[in-house]
Amino acid sequence: MNSKDIERLEKVINSELASKVQKSIVEYNELLIEINELDLIDVVQFLKSNESCKFRQLIDIAGVDYPENEKRFNLIYLFLSHEKNLRIKLVIKFQIDQSIPSITKIFPSANWMEREVFDMYGIKFKNHPDLRRILTDYNFKGHPLRKDFPLTGFNEVRYSEKEKKVIYEPVKLEQNYRNFDFESPWEGTKYIKEIKKLEKDVKKN
Amino acid sequence: MSKKTKTMSLNFGPQHPAAHGVLRLILELDGEVVEKADPHIGLLHRGTEKLIEQKTYTQALPYFDRLDYVAPMNQEHAFALAAEKLLDIEVPIRAKYIRVIFCEIGRILSHILNVTTQALDVGALTPSLWGFEERETLMTFYERASGSRLHANYFRTGGVHQDIPLKLIEDIEKFCKSFPKIIDDLEGLLTDNRIFKQRNVEIGIVSKKEALEHSFSGVMLRGSGVPWDLRKSQPYECYEDIDFKIPVGKNGDCYDRYLCRIEEMRESVKIILQCIEKLPKGPIKSIDGKISPPNREDIKQSMEALIHHFKLFTEGYRVPAGNVYSAVEAPKGEFGVYLISDGSSKPYRCKIRAPGFSHLQAMDYLIKGHMLADVPAVLGSLDIVFGEVDR
Repeated sequence: MNSKDIERLEKVINSELASKVQKSIVEYNELLIEINELDLIDVVQFLKSNESCKFRQLIDIAGVDYPENEKRFNLIYLFLSHEKNLRIKLVIKFQIDQSIPSITKIFPSANWMEREVFDMYGIKFKNHPDLRRILTDYNFKGHPLRKDFPLTGFNEVRYSEKEKKVIYEPVKLEQNYRNFDFESPWEGTKYIKEIKKLEKDVKKN
Repeated sequence: MSKKTKTMSLNFGPQHPAAHGVLRLILELDGEVVEKADPHIGLLHRGTEKLIEQKTYTQALPYFDRLDYVAPMNQEHAFALAAEKLLDIEVPIRAKYIRVIFCEIGRILSHILNVTTQALDVGALTPSLWGFEERETLMTFYERASGSRLHANYFRTGGVHQDIPLKLIEDIEKFCKSFPKIIDDLEGLLTDNRIFKQRNVEIGIVSKKEALEHSFSGVMLRGSGVPWDLRKSQPYECYEDIDFKIPVGKNGDCYDRYLCRIEEMRESVKIILQCIEKLPKGPIKSIDGKISPPNREDIKQSMEALIHHFKLFTEGYRVPAGNVYSAVEAPKGEFGVYLISDGSSKPYRCKIRAPGFSHLQAMDYLIKGHMLADVPAVLGSLDIVFGEVDR
């Protein structure tokens, strides 16, 4: 994957999908494209079939949660093209109550990946053949990878000698999970940082 | 009067020795023919991705040992590479070679386990006894480098934790000289074995196109005749300077995948020997004091080193904001880490791409129309480890 190929790919995508690409960035030698969630199916289909892309393999779908943003969730689709030896990242941003078109028709392997996103974030997929939870327990409540889900969870299980079965109980901890703030300004106080930043900006200009 | 047929559903696992861990497979059977397979996973889900969001980059690393626990260092490698990409730091050459040596040892560890347990699943006991002896030797190498046999926690962002003892290199070399003989012995037991072939040839066939559509990687892809290996096609670390071959299968059945794994072990031995020959002297981790902790002597002498040590083990190093995907060719396929940093010392999001996840997903497609007794054979050749599937 050299940088020239990636630049060429960026050009192709920007010219062919001009109206659909909202943003394209090349960072760390990786191409990232942001699109609207309504164009998802078209763009994925294009990436898979176009001669100069040939992204025949879906590597993964990653969800990200930004609770403070209006468009709270991001989905990142990672694709790989064996023929062209290229990778691409596709990003869509959307609000909490939106449902996203499923790409299982194009990539059968998206099935479990979308189920995982649904399980972890509660994002619903339209036209998914079998949208069940996948990694969490049967009858699990909540979506663990959301930032507002506590690390220690809500329920714990144990085997009850009395009832002769595994039972669920609310989590009880001797000491609550502590999240220490270590990010104190040891690198110098704030104003020093600001001065440094100013110096950098001056140099840039 | 027409005969009525009814399918039967059978619960395979989660406590079945051939399920390779904690797989619950719900099979729809028509007589002995499997009509549908519905894998239920997640029985080993530990919330690794959630935990990593709460830990510094140094603390996050040991979680990767616990994913695919038969080849721990290959996973660590993917995470270390991702963090290094974000930090934009150079890894010293010696560290690169040490990493490659241990990654290839991991590959051998994983393939021995897979080949021999697959043989065990179809009825051969001896290979696993022979194979595990070698695994034990390899794990002592892990132990001598990192201090633990399994959960090594040896790689660091910017290099490896410690330099390896001198004698260790000699011993690894000695092992590499003697190991091909062991592979020959294993092959003698299996490759031309009538029963082994009957159980594996033309079982679980994957075509090229299907292998791509189902996101297969590693041996699952190469067994179907796609010459794709990240070590060759997107070389990382020092794989560019090393001469090795990529074995590719023809028919895409369980037997071809077995042959690929055997050949890969031989290639790994070659890679290790080349690395040992080329192994340069020098530092084993980044000399950037803001990322690598200072050594013990310096802490006793220098105030600066002491402060750095304290800060690195409380706050940790900060990683510039950004998002990267970095993948390595793990023994089971493409293992990738998608890392999002918000500029603090903890990852904002760390998505782990485990090859076994997509392989197991294809179980339904692979097993449809096969007999019940083929389930363990196909499952064995998928090379599933639940640590990474469930995460």
